[in-house]
Amino acid sequence: MSIISTRNTLPGRLRGLRSIEPIYLILLAIVAAIVLSNPIYLDYGPMMQLLRRSSPLIVLAVGQLFVIVSGGFDLSVGSLMTFLILICALLLNSSPELVYPAIALCLVVGLASGAVNGLVVSFWKVPSIIATLGMLLMLRGAGLFLSGGSARGNLPDTFRALGRDSVFGFPVALIVAIVFGTAAWLVLHRTSFGRQLYMVGANPRAARLSGVNVAGIRIAAFMFSGLSAAISAILLSGFSGVSTSAGNGYELQAISAAVLGGAVLLGGRGSVVPVIAGALALHALFTLLNIWGFPKPMRDVVQGLIIICAVAYSARRK
Amino acid sequence: MSLKRTFKGVLAAAFAASMAMSALAQDNKFFDQAEHDRQIAMLDATPIGDGDQPWLQSMADNFRDTSKYKKDGPWTVCFSNAGIFNPWQVVGYKTMQEEIKLHSNIKDFIVTDGEGKDDKQIADIDDLLASKKCDILLVTPNTTAALTPAVERACAQLPVIVFSRGVATECPVTFITPIGGYAYGAQAARFIVDALPDGGNVLALRISPGVDVLETRWSAAERIFAANPKIKVIGSEFTNDDRAIAKSIVEDYLQRFGQIDAVWMDAGATSVAAIEAFEDIGVEIPIFTGEDQQDFLAKWQEKDLTAIAPTYPTFQWRTAIIAATQILSGEKVPGPIWYLPQPTITVETLDKYTQANMPPQHYALCGCEDMAGYPEVWGGTK
Repeated sequence: MSIISTRNTLPGRLRGLRSIEPIYLILLAIVAAIVLSNPIYLDYGPMMQLLRRSSPLIVLAVGQLFVIVSGGFDLSVGSLMTFLILICALLLNSSPELVYPAIALCLVVGLASGAVNGLVVSFWKVPSIIATLGMLLMLRGAGLFLSGGSARGNLPDTFRALGRDSVFGFPVALIVAIVFGTAAWLVLHRTSFGRQLYMVGANPRAARLSGVNVAGIRIAAFMFSGLSAAISAILLSGFSGVSTSAGNGYELQAISAAVLGGAVLLGGRGSVVPVIAGALALHALFTLLNIWGFPKPMRDVVQGLIIICAVAYSARRK
Repeated sequence: MSLKRTFKGVLAAAFAASMAMSALAQDNKFFDQAEHDRQIAMLDATPIGDGDQPWLQSMADNFRDTSKYKKDGPWTVCFSNAGIFNPWQVVGYKTMQEEIKLHSNIKDFIVTDGEGKDDKQIADIDDLLASKKCDILLVTPNTTAALTPAVERACAQLPVIVFSRGVATECPVTFITPIGGYAYGAQAARFIVDALPDGGNVLALRISPGVDVLETRWSAAERIFAANPKIKVIGSEFTNDDRAIAKSIVEDYLQRFGQIDAVWMDAGATSVAAIEAFEDIGVEIPIFTGEDQQDFLAKWQEKDLTAIAPTYPTFQWRTAIIAATQILSGEKVPGPIWYLPQPTITVETLDKYTQANMPPQHYALCGCEDMAGYPEVWGGTK
């Protein structure tokens, strides 16, 4: 009884505290744990390295947010990343001067792959989880087939600069992530496209009845996710180079980050900044688990638990 | 706040589980002293056979009679492959396919792909046996224990050759293997110890726990480091063979310890990513161990590193086909284990093995340079 009455009479600023996205507290807690484990991470250099490493996931999670807000999933992004990295390596191996065309090719293929996902979901009425799962398999198979099962070619340093270099100690990858995040924030929160995206996710039938081009909006959301995968692939291959497993697992990390950031699966809710915090938190958590000496299988266990707990929490909050 | 509490609980549970796992990992089930000593001794032995064709050499004089398998050709050779899921297998399988072309008395080469699954590969072997088409069966087991009964069933019907990974039975006519994982790990660790007379910080990067051919590498190295009190192993981490994880781990350790004097690796696929962590932070690249992948050799040459590359030669895929024709011709072959040489790439032999025209994950010890399709078949350019 007393608890309920206290809650009803909470002063405004405490109620304000309750409305803070829990992801910021989680991020703070994880960063605090990292710093307590090793104070060196308070320094500028190490902190920037952490942020540079998180950049591909930030970009990918923001792209994933658009699809989640529209009421779908995009499981194809991880193998799209691997596919693009392998294609670029093949192309740039024979003609290393084609760095900018290769980057353009990545973006175009990313957009096209997203468009196909969106068309299949919108017009063939295939649930997005199945459509993008099919795309995942196709891209994975195509990438391995084209490269013969093993990485071919190296990426020239000019291509890798975006993911690897720093300007005045500030990682270029982080600049890319910030620019992409800002653009996404403007599109999602300041345009009529953004409002329509929320409507489509919250109630597609109502959206259609009020004149929204539901199919068009959905296709655009998947294209945005494809674009984010392309940018993320460029950043990731810049950071660590070519491998046939480069993008493995990134689709689930992106979904985990979005959910951690308060995006509601099945659509209609979520915003850019908390999702970026979610990506940072997830990456910071992996770093923390590394510092604590957790092996990779345990990271998977933790990630699985996070997805379940975050979804359960957001269901209760509703 | 229930999420936070749950989260704390999760972390506590995960921590407990990880403690239990690391306790398991310290268990010595992967260490066999007698086998270890035998491999170390074999490193100094002189191989029997022509040095220009190491895939035909044997480290031991254990040739066995195979006249009971003699059969008129042309033959059908069957191969149950565990799968093609890493560059080592890609290079080996291509070499094997080229070797097949050199044998006009092999009329059919039937290959099944186990896709990295034990159950699929067991079914594959049973299907191959049931087809009655095979004159001889080659097997690269996906995992040791699971494939042993299937290999035993095959042995009862026809001659069997196992390579790449082992099985827990000596029924195959021969098991083709390089000297072994203890020798591999020890070579790399000895190099580090010798190069650091005043001691230093050593970081060990491993692919994943629980794989016998990898565990042996680390258990031999671990013992050598432990026997040298000046060497401090600051960490032994799993990269899952992922370049981004390897690079991140090295960055984290550089932050934590400030100084890394040597990096020991149980495989070379992520060596270059690990080296890049030093380059990006702007500190000197320390002593490194890698493998015979071209990207590592190229980096070694370019940066003039203090490095060594033990190998697990892919030329054994060639040996398997040659052994099959020898057995079906009734010629003597080494058995029950055919120990192949396990060359180590050092600064003296680096130039010989660095091939700028080959893909980054091409293994220098493919023994394939004299084959008809070289270099294009392996993805290289002339």
